[in-house]
Amino acid sequence: MPIIRVENLTKKFGNITAVDNISFEVEEGTIFGFLGPNGAGKTTTINILCTLLSPTSGRAFINGHDCMKESAKVRKDIGIVFQDTTLDKDLTAYENLVFHAYLYSVKKSEIKERVGDALKFVGLYERKDDLVKKYSGGMKRRLEVARGLIHRPKVLFLDEPTLGLDPQSRTNLWEFITELPEKHNVTVFMTTHYMEEAEVCKRIAIIDNGKIIAEGSPEELKKTVGGDVIYLKTTDNKKSKEEIKKVFGLEAKEKDGELYITTLRGDACIPELIRALADMVVSVRLQRPTLNDVFLKLTGKAIREEEATGMDTIKEEVRAYRRRH
Amino acid sequence: MNRPEIFEGALFWSLFWASKKVTGVRGKAPVLRLPVEFNAIYVIVAREFKKFIRERSRLVSAIARPLVWLFFVGAGLSRLVQPVEGVSYTQFMFPGILGLTILFSSIFSSISIIWDKEFGFLKEILVAPVSRFSIVIGKALSGTVVSTIQAVIILLLFPFLGIKLGILNIIAVVILCAMVSFSISAFGIVLATFYESYESFSVIMNFIVMPMFFLSGAMYPVKLLPQVLRFVSKINPLTYGVDALKHMITPLRTGPLSPDFGLITDLGVIVFTSVAFVLLAARLFERKQ
Ligand SMILES: Nc1ncnc2c1ncn2[C@@H]1O[C@H](COP(=O)(O)OP(=O)(O)O)[C@@H](O)[C@H]1O
Ligand SMILES: [Mg+2]
Repeated sequence: MPIIRVENLTKKFGNITAVDNISFEVEEGTIFGFLGPNGAGKTTTINILCTLLSPTSGRAFINGHDCMKESAKVRKDIGIVFQDTTLDKDLTAYENLVFHAYLYSVKKSEIKERVGDALKFVGLYERKDDLVKKYSGGMKRRLEVARGLIHRPKVLFLDEPTLGLDPQSRTNLWEFITELPEKHNVTVFMTTHYMEEAEVCKRIAIIDNGKIIAEGSPEELKKTVGGDVIYLKTTDNKKSKEEIKKVFGLEAKEKDGELYITTLRGDACIPELIRALADMVVSVRLQRPTLNDVFLKLTGKAIREEEATGMDTIKEEVRAYRRRH
Repeated sequence: MNRPEIFEGALFWSLFWASKKVTGVRGKAPVLRLPVEFNAIYVIVAREFKKFIRERSRLVSAIARPLVWLFFVGAGLSRLVQPVEGVSYTQFMFPGILGLTILFSSIFSSISIIWDKEFGFLKEILVAPVSRFSIVIGKALSGTVVSTIQAVIILLLFPFLGIKLGILNIIAVVILCAMVSFSISAFGIVLATFYESYESFSVIMNFIVMPMFFLSGAMYPVKLLPQVLRFVSKINPLTYGVDALKHMITPLRTGPLSPDFGLITDLGVIVFTSVAFVLLAARLFERKQ
């Protein structure tokens, strides 16, 4: 039985259709990625799944429970890291997690241990008594992941978990996220508009304008754009071309003095190519298709990699300032 | 998630109290999920209390405000108003000053929900497996705890104002302060559900809280107000709290400075508005597109 099942889900805000008749399933114990540009409908979908919004039509189930009719059961089974942080900045990290533990009725005798373990898992144990307002963006995200795990949910939702983080914090966070299914026995449902991040997912749904336009494993999706490209520098392009045609039956093309061949399983082709061309090869490079290419092919546009959080952070700081004065 | 949950919550509570009364044991029926609700209520109150203790400036200004009113305004006006049956104007104002303390701290505590909305923390509470009813109760009790503490601090001034209170009277006043705090906090939660950003803070303070204070009988008796304002006073939930406090602190039978309503009426209104605001707030919390 899939742990998440979504059937013909639609959500309209006035005349905007934020989510347009989507259906998908997520297998237990996997990382599922929801990939799409800003405004595609990712957050809206998460809000419906976590019972904060009712859909206009369609149904959604988590662990067999209806997200609309059995919200209390669904809430117990899920943990969420929202796109914008939902920590109490005037409490310490430790207090934030204890608050969460009480809210989810974790047994009193277990609270201390679970909170401690969660903090250690994300490497924040030493800073547990600092007020959250002193934390960096990356630390806050890690803390939120830790908090989402305290009540041992079956599904953890991560909405744009790395948005606005510096590259190092992103890598750091990814290490935790990829370990989650195994270490914490949890299914991860994450959204992102960073293509390279979606690579770690077992399955991906690409969403644009509220519709799912492709679904599959990263490998499957990348195959749809036609496979890998091998670039070759040789001492004799003409002779090499003929040789490739004779041995592999492939048409090599020339660009900027380099030959290139499009093929599936490019990595496996390279040794054979080198063997066939013997001493003529000067250099070889392999270019694999990215999910960006997939998105480009499906929609004719690239996903904009804009940093929405830059502005949000400024806004938040202005508010925090006003609040203090 | 939807309306039944509010009633479910209300039902749980009444059943719980009933079962406790009847059997004398803590109800732990599995259907009732009561421990879950209690944990949530407890931790919501604990959070408010912790932040209250931590924010010294909030405590200082909360204590300073009533003192300023009492000593500057009270001292000035008591020259104009003759004591009636031994009750000076400052003494007359004292219940109103307790009301002021409660009003500000309860509303302040409740509309911190708007900040929680803005800074996202409210979502953390809303996605938890806790009924909306308990969230509202938790928030209302948060306001009750912090404003009762502040009211008690102000109450300690009574000997310096020449007011005589017996121990039973003091206990009654404290209980009354807690009841008034609860109803005003619940009212504050209802208010908070209407605002999305705390930029509305000054609107609430200037157009709701200040008028509530002036028209509560705190500064001048309701019975002396012009007709229209008297009507507004009568629909002001704080009026009955202040009036009940007057019954306890300056129990005049007649004259302009005597209480405006009967004590039973006051208590009835306080209890009724508490229940009504809590149910309304829980219902408003459910609202979503
Ligand atoms: N509460 C709302 N009211 C009106 N429109 C909304 C609301 N929430 C989201 N939308 C609209 O729905 C669309 C999808 O938004 P969202 O789910 O936040 O996208 P994403 O998370 O993929 O960036 C956007 O066009 C957005 O403007
Ligand atoms: Mg989003």
